[in-house]
Amino acid sequence: MIRTALLVAGKDLRIERRSHVLLWQVLPFGVMAMLLTGLALGPARAGHSASAPGLFYLVMLLVTLLMINRSQVIEDSPGTRASVATLGLDPAGVFLGKALALAVELWLTGVVLLAGAVLVLHTAFVGTLSALPSVAVTLGALAAAGTLYGALSGGEGAATLLPILSLPAFAPLLIAGERSYSAALHGGSLWRWWVISLVALVAYLAIGVLLYGVLEES
Amino acid sequence: MVSPAPLVELRNAVVLIGGFPLLSGVDLELHAGTLSVVTGANGAGKTSLLRLLGGLVQLSSGAGVVGGVDLVKGDLRELRRRVGWLGHEGSFYDDLSVTENLTFAAKALGRPTEEIEAVLGLVGLENRATTRAEQLSAGQRRRLGLAWVLLRRPELWLLDEPYASLDDEGRNFFDQLIGDVVKSGATVVVSAHDRLRSTALAPRTITMAGGLVVGDER
Repeated sequence: MIRTALLVAGKDLRIERRSHVLLWQVLPFGVMAMLLTGLALGPARAGHSASAPGLFYLVMLLVTLLMINRSQVIEDSPGTRASVATLGLDPAGVFLGKALALAVELWLTGVVLLAGAVLVLHTAFVGTLSALPSVAVTLGALAAAGTLYGALSGGEGAATLLPILSLPAFAPLLIAGERSYSAALHGGSLWRWWVISLVALVAYLAIGVLLYGVLEES
Repeated sequence: MVSPAPLVELRNAVVLIGGFPLLSGVDLELHAGTLSVVTGANGAGKTSLLRLLGGLVQLSSGAGVVGGVDLVKGDLRELRRRVGWLGHEGSFYDDLSVTENLTFAAKALGRPTEEIEAVLGLVGLENRATTRAEQLSAGQRRRLGLAWVLLRRPELWLLDEPYASLDDEGRNFFDQLIGDVVKSGATVVVSAHDRLRSTALAPRTITMAGGLVVGDER
């Protein structure tokens, strides 16, 4: 299972590196979205660090939806799907691999946006550093849930169904992520929210390992 | 003398997708080490028949056994591991190079990656090893799909329209390779609009129309 996961993750990341979708489409979109949503708050709150956690997770949600769609499209050609099916890959390994690749892409995007928050929204550098573990876990959980829901909503229909289907799974993650990031910046109960994200990560990974094969077959 | 059990046995096989019949009650027996060509117009059910034999679609009603795997109650994943599928669409990842595609397949199958060079020589793609799949011509893409199948050494080859978009050289190459594969003891099922050009292969010709077998010449 782990061997398959590493193989699939390596393949997905290599394809992303070649296609430059992350570099030339997703990252610029994330940066622009963060700037524009900051401006939408109005002059009194624009450039204010208190807004940063909410804006960060709002933009990461949009980026996650984009990247989940992309992750499914890679496998979407009927010929590729059939050929890969005959390789007999372990579905649990495929799920873990796709979730890992998506998590790496979200982590990279997250680092850029966190740096942007320090520069533009004036978040404290030390506070941002202490938020990194909780951000990493929350984005990992978003990647695991997103991979699961991406398979559930299916290739071409993913863009339509995914935002609706994933809402119940993403909502608690966004709340926990925003709270723990705020706590890291402004003080508060960082670990309580961080543990919620961690439990969600483990739960989504377990569900994916158990059910991804069934979703693929259906 | 008792004749060996057929490799493929379908009885009144029906495949419905969204309530639409792709196969409407096919009866068919194929024996190991034989070559069969499935002909018919577009929409006759050729691709659906091949996908059923590969465990890539589920039987809606009727009965079928392929390579000892029951199509109703058996493990279709196990069946898929034993077939080689060459679709008329791309059967690989366009953003990966020829070698990267084959390395992924070899690692997934647990085959030594040293075999890739030999397989590339067999299909005549040794000079395209580092070319991205999307940059290959139609004929070269077909050869890459064939290399993917060759790595697998399957007992049942399912070739869906392998001659489409091929020039005379490509068609002769496929004729020769199919002949070699049958001689080696594997079973080959080819779908094509027309009969095979090479009469030396002397295949069984199965004609389909409207999801049914309407002709069977041996």
